[in-house]
Amino acid sequence: MKVGLFIPCYVDQFYPQVAIASLELLESAGVDVDYPLKQTCCGQPMANSGYQEYGEGPAALFRENFSEFDYVVCPSGSCTLHTKDHIYSGKENEPKVYELCEFLTDVLKIKELTADFPFKVGIHASCHGLRGLNLAKPSELMGVEFNKPKQLLEMVNGIELIELTRKDECCGFGGTFAVLEEAVSVGMGKDRIKDHEEHGVQVITGADMSCLMHLEGILRRDKSPIKVMHIAEILNAKVSKTQNQ
Amino acid sequence: MNSSKEAIIAAIKKNKPDLLPLPEHPEYPYEDNLIEQFQSSIKLNGGTARTGEGKAAIQTYLQENFTADKQVLSLVDGITGNFDVKNVQDPHELEHIEVAILEGDWGVVENAAIWLPEDKIAHRALPFIAQHLIVLLKIDKLLGNMHEVYQKINVADSGYGVFVAGPSKTADIEQSLIIGAHGPRSMVVFLME
Amino acid sequence: MKATPTHAAAAEEFLKDEERSHWHDDTLWHVRSKRDVAAQKIPEWESLRTTASQIKDNVLSNLDQLLLQFEKNAIENGIEVLWAKDADEHNQHVLRILEENQVKNLVKSKSILTEECGLNHFLEDKGYDVVDTDLGERIIQFNKQVPSHIVMPAIHLKKKEIGDIFHEHLGTDAGADDPAYLTEAARQHLRQKFIQAKAAITGVNFGIAETGGFVVCTNEGNADMGTHLADLHIACMGIEKLIPRAADLGVFLRLLARSATGQSITNYTSHFHRPRPGKKMYLILVDNGRTNQLGREDFRNSLKCIRCGACMNTCPIYRRSSGFSYGSTVPGPIGSILSPGMDLKKHSSLPFASTLCGSCTDVCPVKINIHEQLYKWRQVITKEGPSQPSKKWAMRFGGNVMSKPKLFDMMGNLARKSLSISPRGFVYNSFNAWGKHRELPEVPKESFKEWYRKNRKQ
Ligand code: SF4
Repeated sequence: MKVGLFIPCYVDQFYPQVAIASLELLESAGVDVDYPLKQTCCGQPMANSGYQEYGEGPAALFRENFSEFDYVVCPSGSCTLHTKDHIYSGKENEPKVYELCEFLTDVLKIKELTADFPFKVGIHASCHGLRGLNLAKPSELMGVEFNKPKQLLEMVNGIELIELTRKDECCGFGGTFAVLEEAVSVGMGKDRIKDHEEHGVQVITGADMSCLMHLEGILRRDKSPIKVMHIAEILNAKVSKTQNQ
Repeated sequence: MNSSKEAIIAAIKKNKPDLLPLPEHPEYPYEDNLIEQFQSSIKLNGGTARTGEGKAAIQTYLQENFTADKQVLSLVDGITGNFDVKNVQDPHELEHIEVAILEGDWGVVENAAIWLPEDKIAHRALPFIAQHLIVLLKIDKLLGNMHEVYQKINVADSGYGVFVAGPSKTADIEQSLIIGAHGPRSMVVFLME
Repeated sequence: MKATPTHAAAAEEFLKDEERSHWHDDTLWHVRSKRDVAAQKIPEWESLRTTASQIKDNVLSNLDQLLLQFEKNAIENGIEVLWAKDADEHNQHVLRILEENQVKNLVKSKSILTEECGLNHFLEDKGYDVVDTDLGERIIQFNKQVPSHIVMPAIHLKKKEIGDIFHEHLGTDAGADDPAYLTEAARQHLRQKFIQAKAAITGVNFGIAETGGFVVCTNEGNADMGTHLADLHIACMGIEKLIPRAADLGVFLRLLARSATGQSITNYTSHFHRPRPGKKMYLILVDNGRTNQLGREDFRNSLKCIRCGACMNTCPIYRRSSGFSYGSTVPGPIGSILSPGMDLKKHSSLPFASTLCGSCTDVCPVKINIHEQLYKWRQVITKEGPSQPSKKWAMRFGGNVMSKPKLFDMMGNLARKSLSISPRGFVYNSFNAWGKHRELPEVPKESFKEWYRKNRKQ
């Protein structure tokens, strides 16, 4: 099983620690993982802005970069969804694309982790992973509850997972929406943060760094003590309480 | 002659997709305690349902809740009112009805909807214009859900028919629920053997 | 003519009153939560949605035949059926009926279609007294507004404001804002209107092809109070409101009220098949752009909508920006995929008023893929809508950079370096929408790619 690690462009540039954590998680699970150096971006920013055609260059490059792999794994629900929907067509000879969490739960079937993270953690359920990739059961749909990111976080030692009032409301990031509809976007972000705050959350985590970047932007501007961390960082964490503070 | 009709039909013919099949109605059997479920459903709709009583209970309810000077119209055998609907030609004459007593054809327990076809209400306006509504419903007329009731009734049999599931209500002011919008201010159902 | 403000601009305006925006959000979230509770009680909920969606698929693919069947049966029932290509023809039909029957005052129950056609204004201009009888609609009629929500038309107003409106129009006590008191005042006022009215206009929730009848749902009883007292009943129906069989109502009625407000059913579900003896019943079938939408493969299933409003209640953007920010008769997610089909230029900002979170799609009782259609409208608008050269250039540039790994790495480096050395004022200037209320991420000393080269691929 050959796994190609796809790191979204903004994670590569701004959140290398998330990519490192993702890589180490896969390596420590014994996966043969490689990171193709010629990768750039999946083309989602163009497509979601209504310029799908300008995403075609990046898409072609993507297919070339990952042609020799069985799986593409990516620590972002949103980019994974875009890749599945717009870069591949679900054919036999294509690599199978997985978001990191679902790769760990569904393909590697991880049952235990060695991570330590003795903090109060709130999960931000990013929409594309939630409703597009079915990482968890959305609150709108009726049926049996499941939640893959939560299932993984529950394997972390010392962690306290916090229930929210609105467990899967959108944070208002939405790509270019964040600047195009700045007022609504920030309003939504603040409301999400308040929900975490009111329940005593210390760290907000999730499977999409883009939403977390938006929330982090607000938190830092407001000088909040709440931190954001990508789920890969927590699943790969070896911190004790004193170290972190 | 009717050019708009022709234009619309022609546009649909041109634009519609290939025929997609009409699905059968799946069956969803309903086994809960019918009486209890009906009572809790109507409570959520703002009404009440009483059980274990005979027609005498309706008469007592009327005496206890309405003074003799109020117009009482009964379409139920054995319950006497003081307003004779037979002479009414124009529904406007019903304007001052205080309470109407009707018998329902079917009751649906999932939502407390009671089927009242035209021949059970004398005038279409009656269940709405009355200030209060009392409905008698036989327990063996209770059904589980809406699929079942549409198996039992033929909606085209009467020129008009209505499911009434509670008193009139609104929540248009700041979502506060107020019972008594334009129709009845209360609805009591007597479930009887 | 004044240009329509973009959704973003209107939303920003609404959000300035932070307290009101929060109140609006909470109120509608509460409705969404009630919907969840109601749906959870139905084990077959998801299968009902699938069935409802399939029934509507069939309707859209067979609409011509079903309409003809419907018309034939309705005529046999003694209903006069009229067809209208557009809003104007619809309004002319209503006017002619009123003139023929010499009716001057009429009551109306809720109908989004007549809003869409601008019927009230049209008739009022001609001297008719049109009284909206749904409490919420009456409130906004007094206030000279249009509905901000298709199910709860006055959801944008607070009770204090409604108290003021009623004080002015109905003479209620100054400052009185108790909802029960205000509702009672409206009841007394409207009862007189019902008694006096000679004609009643209603919308149609469902038209039944096999029986030639139609169904109207209310909680207030206003549609029935109007139609059963007046001499004529005019029902206005969009051609997509059809269902093939009466038994289909079992499926749709179980979904409709639960999705809309969390009730198991509306308290009144009225089935009209024939006029009262000696009275008249008219049914106007309206196209007004619907057949065009039917021809747009990517967007046609927006016509499945049963107007429950659930997509508005769940939409985090609608809840925070209110219905008026959309500037269209039907606001919210469904409005954002219907309106561009009516006027692409005017409504070109609506498909962008979304994060594509998909909550609307999952909540929709007839499974309209709303968020996917928003995405598809974006693709259409960038080609056929108002041109935005700078945005287009930026996107093309982005696509170019991302097609060339070396250029991408260089640009990334450049961006990171310039961010880390730029003074705050430059990064967070007033043109920078990101930075108005948000910090940019802290700049790491190396990208992951650089780290990987050093640590894994020497
Ligand atoms: S699109 Fe769906 S959820 Fe929205 S109003 Fe229509 S039926 Fe309801």
